[in-house]
Amino acid sequence: MMTYLRLFFEFFKTGLFAVGGGLATLPFLYEISDNTHWYTHADVANMIAVSESTPGALGINMSTYAGYITGGIAGGILASFSLALPSLIIIVIVARSLEKFRDNKYVNRAFFGLRPASVAMISMAGFNVAKTALINIPAWQQTGVLNDLFSWKAWLLAAGILIIDRKWKLNPVMQIGIAAVIGIVFQF
Amino acid sequence: MTRLTEIYLAFLKIGSVAFGGGYALLPILQQDLEEKRHWTTTEELMDYFAIGQCTPGVIALNVSTFIGHKLAGIPGVLAATAGFLTVPIILILLIAAFLTNFAELTIVQHAFGGIRVCVCVLIINAVLRLWKKAIVNPLALGLYIAIFGIMLLTSVLPFSVPTFVLVIAAAVFGLLFGREDAA
Repeated sequence: MMTYLRLFFEFFKTGLFAVGGGLATLPFLYEISDNTHWYTHADVANMIAVSESTPGALGINMSTYAGYITGGIAGGILASFSLALPSLIIIVIVARSLEKFRDNKYVNRAFFGLRPASVAMISMAGFNVAKTALINIPAWQQTGVLNDLFSWKAWLLAAGILIIDRKWKLNPVMQIGIAAVIGIVFQF
Repeated sequence: MTRLTEIYLAFLKIGSVAFGGGYALLPILQQDLEEKRHWTTTEELMDYFAIGQCTPGVIALNVSTFIGHKLAGIPGVLAATAGFLTVPIILILLIAAFLTNFAELTIVQHAFGGIRVCVCVLIINAVLRLWKKAIVNPLALGLYIAIFGIMLLTSVLPFSVPTFVLVIAAAVFGLLFGREDAA
């Protein structure tokens, strides 16, 4: 019982104070590791890799993993929901006040500024993914041949997806599935 | 099918393909929740992303919570969250139990190589669609360029500006110089 309470407390705290998504949880995850020895720093590094190749978020994945190690399947589920709980409460409060002030001119002015910021953040995320998906900086640094900087296979796939999407308006979930299969078949 | 089951299933699907951080989620939300189900609008999605960046927690989950709340209050929030978390939790439990070297498997690396390219295209498409609704005048364009520029610059410099600081600065800028009819 104590273990479950401790799991709840540690991950609730992380969920409450880690502002800014994924990597913001890292310092908290290391701190939990130091304090509780539920998992090692190497486990955290592994989980970063796993989170990059599974659909979940790093914080959620790490809490599931630590919960499983310390308290089995129930522990894994409990820890993930503990991490999610603080933001659920905060968002519900924010959503309620937003509904109330929807027509307030100051709220609308704030959103005038927030929307370009939102698009800029998303552009930056796209830029970061493109940096690893479409170009290969390590290979270029090694050989110095400009041709090695561009992952041509990836550009071809990107163009293919764009064309198919324009023509047939394919569901993004399907696009991701097809891209995964192509990645396996053509060894991306 | 009850409303809550519908919400749970919609987010179950979204949670199982939300690769590459919260931002890859946006194109999926746009197509699935906005165009197909009409549960939300592009404007709302942008607002949720901006707010989700300044409040604690996983951005993707914060956006799901907003939509769940809008659709069905607290029960909607719980259905959306449970749906969103189901597949990631099951996957990690399986990996923790059987496949500790999951990320090193060649087949996983190849699959993810392909997925990354797709996520990249999805994000570019999403940005193009958002552009019309967010960049409504030269002032908004200037703000976009400023924020993107700062993020680009700090990604090569040794120091960084936390994203939520940029978001709050953008809100203050909007309060001072923004147009009221933008929303």
